[in-house]
Amino acid sequence: MESPAEKSVRFLSQVPAGQTVRLVRIAGGHALTLRLAGMGLVPNVPLEVLRNDFRGQIIVQVKNTKIVLGRGMSEKLEVAPL
Amino acid sequence: MDASEKKTKWLAALAGNPNSGKTTVFNALTGTRQHTGNYPGVTVEKKEGICRIDGRTLRIVDLPGVYSLTAYSMEELVARHFLLQEKPDVVVDVVDASNLERHLYLAVQLMEMKVPLVLAFNMSDVARQRGLEFDLEQLSVLLGAPIVPLTATKGEGIDELKKTILRCAEQVRPVPAEIRYGPELEEAIGKIESVLDENHSLIRSYGRRWTALKLLEGDSEIQEQIRLPQVSDVLQEIRRHLAAVFGESPEVLIAERRYGFISGACQETVRQTVLKRRDFSDRMDAVLTHRYAGLPIFAVLMYIVFYLTFQVGAWPQSWLEDGFTYLAQLIERFWPEEVSEEIKSLLIDGVIAGVGGVVVFLPNILLLFLGIAFLEDSGYMARAAFIMDRLMHRIGLHGKSFIPMLIGFGCSVPAIMATRILEERRTRLATMLVIPLMSCGARITIYGLLIPAFFPPVLRGPMMWLIYLIGIGLAIVCVRLLRSTILKGETVPFVMELPPYRLPTLQGLLLHMWDRGWLYLRKAGTVILALSIVMWAVTRYPRPPQEFLTAEEDQVERVELEYSLAGRIGKWMEPAIQPLGFDWKIGTAMIGAAMAKEVFVSQMSIVYSLGSEEDLEQLQKRIREDYSVLQGFCIMLFCLISTPCVATVAVTRRESGTWRWALLQFGGLTALAYLITLLVYQGGRLVSFLTA
Repeated sequence: MESPAEKSVRFLSQVPAGQTVRLVRIAGGHALTLRLAGMGLVPNVPLEVLRNDFRGQIIVQVKNTKIVLGRGMSEKLEVAPL
Repeated sequence: MDASEKKTKWLAALAGNPNSGKTTVFNALTGTRQHTGNYPGVTVEKKEGICRIDGRTLRIVDLPGVYSLTAYSMEELVARHFLLQEKPDVVVDVVDASNLERHLYLAVQLMEMKVPLVLAFNMSDVARQRGLEFDLEQLSVLLGAPIVPLTATKGEGIDELKKTILRCAEQVRPVPAEIRYGPELEEAIGKIESVLDENHSLIRSYGRRWTALKLLEGDSEIQEQIRLPQVSDVLQEIRRHLAAVFGESPEVLIAERRYGFISGACQETVRQTVLKRRDFSDRMDAVLTHRYAGLPIFAVLMYIVFYLTFQVGAWPQSWLEDGFTYLAQLIERFWPEEVSEEIKSLLIDGVIAGVGGVVVFLPNILLLFLGIAFLEDSGYMARAAFIMDRLMHRIGLHGKSFIPMLIGFGCSVPAIMATRILEERRTRLATMLVIPLMSCGARITIYGLLIPAFFPPVLRGPMMWLIYLIGIGLAIVCVRLLRSTILKGETVPFVMELPPYRLPTLQGLLLHMWDRGWLYLRKAGTVILALSIVMWAVTRYPRPPQEFLTAEEDQVERVELEYSLAGRIGKWMEPAIQPLGFDWKIGTAMIGAAMAKEVFVSQMSIVYSLGSEEDLEQLQKRIREDYSVLQGFCIMLFCLISTPCVATVAVTRRESGTWRWALLQFGGLTALAYLITLLVYQGGRLVSFLTA
């Protein structure tokens, strides 16, 4: 059986605009991890989704900065409720 | 006396995130005493300037804007190589004080490199408005770096920054605080350090701890250079251990600790007195990136840039043209008879026409870059990329590629320069290569000659539209082809910061504009001039012997052109272009069109011995007599696709860094034009044969 913690994990691409979530894990390679770290995206950081049309890019706010993420990338970011 | 005290010349490097206002700080420090070049061997732009304080000279190098110092992008590699190899006396890290935690991430990495660091807290005014209060003294102690608060857009704090740089260079070099990564990571770093060879050149210049840290982070460049079996064994073991303990890779842990260090330091020294509310940028974004309103607003802004570049630019352009015409007339009138006619022709048709051809684009380029600088400095450019990305992404380009492509409808030369707004090299090259397919303004003269010659008024509009559409369609196909072959590669994982909106400074806009204009004149201009003189020679030499010129007056020019190298090439390649429906006259005119597309029309009138271009109708009549509608269409098609003009080739050479891309563009487009025209002409003939 899935534990409740696992159940609540989803991907950033699925989070509707207006919600704030916590970044859990970056399911990408070394390059992506380092690139995102430079922009403040590290595990446990809170992300506010500002714009998500469920297709195309999404806009998030992290550490006071707005960042645009490609769709593909947003599908690699595992998030959980705060 | 110490040697360093006598030194009066110092080197300072300016580091910082993109959008930290680094360029504004650089401009405020150096003013107009700056120039742009490239870092050796790469296409990354290098800005350098001089700043004088109290009889001392500071050379300031503006490093590329980066978020971190990994080995994954050219910019980051360039920045860290500069720091490690040139060993600047002071490194100034420009941070956005209103956005401290994220911006200090780069500062921490600079501290890890043990560079003598000065922190410039830019945008202090915005930070104050946001209710942020800093204990700068305490923070400066925690980081081991002097901090200078400033507002570069207003010039506030710049003098203090200059003094601090000088003090750090001449007196006390600041020693950055050491960052501790917690017991587990520290143990790992210690283990790696213990297996590193003290005498390795890398360790001697980069330091043991930094090398160990970078190895732990999995830095590809450092790993490449330190290929010791004992090191990779230790690294593997550490990775396994850390994964077991934390469930994370070392690079994630290191990044987390860095942010942990930052937030620790900020907790003690930064106080937020006002609650954050929706600010100006949020309200702007609600409109400018709105799902429905965003696109029309973008269209209007693009129209303004286009209008500015080409409509407003047309005035100074015509003054310049008149000026050069007048100059040519002056020389014509006062040319001493005893001096050879050949030199006169070289001067008028070669040099003056060539210099004119260079300078005439300058108003376009200056105005275009004024517009682009405004879009970039205000923060809108990133939004434009966001708005256009869905569309452009489908073709395999970046959202920002739209802007140079649009400019291409005016002129390919500024459009190719505008590809500088694209950071990723492959996207930039792909955009650059297809820009000539956007039908430029000069080609309108060709359509203006041929469309009325062959088509009734009702069809003229649709024909023009069709030609433009074919160009766009081909561009899309070509980009797809390029992106899946020689310029293959995942569109870099797309992450982009949306910087807060800001009012650009006049100084910043003017410097940007001047910088681009000068770059164009200096680099592209010289090549355009040289190629123009070559084209002049090709259409003039060899001269026919006197007995050829016995014909009537109005035949002279025609005979001369026919006898010249261009005419001969035109005739020589007639068998090759016949399958396209072209004869030697078209071939010769197209060689001329390689100089500038509008030359096609004047060459045609020379070939038909019509002399002046005023006889456009006469020329159209003659062309209609000689060619079919299908041939007329094929000429336009060929002119649309083929052979970018010499100015385009020169600019592509300059912007791509090698002749390779310029020649690929030239050859590729010419081959494509040949293929498509061949298909259309032969297909058209077949259809008319079958339906006849």
